[in-house]
Amino acid sequence: MQTKRMTFPGRWLPFALLAPQVIITLIFFIWPAGQALYQSLLREDAFGLKTTFVGLENFARLFRDGSYVNSLSVTVVFAVGTTLVSMSVALLLASTVNRMIRSRSAYTTLLVWPYAVAPALAGVLWWFIFNPSIGIVPYMLEMVGYSWNHRNSGSDAMLLVILAAAWKQVSYNFLFFLAGMQSIPQSLIEAASIDGASPIKRFWTIIFPLLTPTTFFLMVVNVVYAMFDTFGIIHATTAGGPAQATNILVYKVYADGFIGLNLGSSAAQSVILMVIVVALTVIQFRFIERRVNY
Amino acid sequence: MVENRPWANLFAHAVLMVGVALVVFPVYIAIVASTLAPDELMRGTIPLLPGGHGIENYTQMWQSGVSSANSPPAALMLWNSFVMAMAITVGKLFISLLSAFAIVYFRFRFRMFFFWLIFITLMLPVEVRIIPTFQVVADLNMLNSFAGLSIPLIASATATFLFRQFFMTVPEEMLEAARVDGAGPMKFFKDILLPLSVTNIAALFVIMFIYGWNQYLWPLLITTDPDYTTIVMGIQRMTSEENPQWHLVMAAVVMAALPPVLVILFMQRLFVKGLTETEK
Repeated sequence: MQTKRMTFPGRWLPFALLAPQVIITLIFFIWPAGQALYQSLLREDAFGLKTTFVGLENFARLFRDGSYVNSLSVTVVFAVGTTLVSMSVALLLASTVNRMIRSRSAYTTLLVWPYAVAPALAGVLWWFIFNPSIGIVPYMLEMVGYSWNHRNSGSDAMLLVILAAAWKQVSYNFLFFLAGMQSIPQSLIEAASIDGASPIKRFWTIIFPLLTPTTFFLMVVNVVYAMFDTFGIIHATTAGGPAQATNILVYKVYADGFIGLNLGSSAAQSVILMVIVVALTVIQFRFIERRVNY
Repeated sequence: MVENRPWANLFAHAVLMVGVALVVFPVYIAIVASTLAPDELMRGTIPLLPGGHGIENYTQMWQSGVSSANSPPAALMLWNSFVMAMAITVGKLFISLLSAFAIVYFRFRFRMFFFWLIFITLMLPVEVRIIPTFQVVADLNMLNSFAGLSIPLIASATATFLFRQFFMTVPEEMLEAARVDGAGPMKFFKDILLPLSVTNIAALFVIMFIYGWNQYLWPLLITTDPDYTTIVMGIQRMTSEENPQWHLVMAAVVMAALPPVLVILFMQRLFVKGLTETEK
């Protein structure tokens, strides 16, 4: 890694400058992560009096435990659902906005603000319009003969949290898709339309393939978002229910650790989550290096 | 656009209108609900037009909150959120600027080691290490305090990288000229580097403020004292009641969402810049 050709001399100053960041990182990041690793290898008895070293037993138990396996599959459904919904809506909106000339910035303003709404609030908003007794959407669904109830039906609850999570993420994806489309040379589009390609044809044969790097980048970001930033949506609405139908991994770590007080198991889950984040971060960074010279 | 197709344009506008309507719909319903009287919400499906009780709902929420849900007045919660968001934002910017300056403008031992140490924080979001982090904060006696709310969240790999990236583009001649004129490192930092970074700082400020304002899990864990309730988690308390008072909840939701949304609307250029550059 490079520095400037010419640098300042100084033996202690750079360390002093780095100190605040490094101290906070050590105390609040590295140390707790190490603790999680360590605790994941221990088991505490019911009274918290005795801890024994159990090796990888906590991990083995997790994968034998039906509720953890369920949580894994729930997380996959949730992450894939959120990513698909938010990215496809964002792609449609971005490619449409990209056609506009005068109204482009007005539409962009109208579409980007949900990024600022906290995930927990997004959850509450959707929870409210889908409220089985006073919500407006169940009322409309009733008219077409569907009785919506996310308090009993696991699939209704899952759909609700996916919609809430995707709603908030559309603005983010929209901005990146729009930026990606604006960096495609206009001459390519013009050439294709002179050859008689319709807008839809141009989208699938020119724009979409050239957007692949953006799409791939957003896929990773969206999966990370759905897996780690959506705690608020779940906690403020379904609380993992009904019958664990929306019990995603980050919510389960919290519930098992703070409500169930099962420290060993919660720590093991933390370690698994860390492995997942590390894997996703590596994918993201390796890919970004390629994006530069596409 | 490369050709004129009136029907396609009309269709495109229609698609966008529907998109905007879908995006706005939940918030519109929230605004409507916040203007209704409590019994209007009990009667079944909520009306689609605002009612006439907006001012009293907002005043009640602002001044007294919902005591049955142990939720303090919105004025206090908004203030708490603001203090937390500002502390996180300013803290992140401050320590990231300093560490990026050290990494770019000095040669010292373990430089790479520190760089990677900071990088690792990217991979450890609060959500994956909640219990041990909670224990650390409890051991340091930082529960129920603004320090506990903000300090553990201010380490920032993304901000450090962004500033490092930007400092690398600052011409070498700047440093040479400053040194010829006899400026020391801190003078160079304060009088040359900081003024050059103003746009980047502002762009990051917008992103970090929204991040700080929207914190949820962390305040939930480390504050039990209602005096430190932030607005986002206060709303969760109100909705988890047996029969939530939706007219007040929705008034609080609107008040909670307004500050960060206004920040985005008024600083859209900076917001887009901050968003697209931090994610690189």
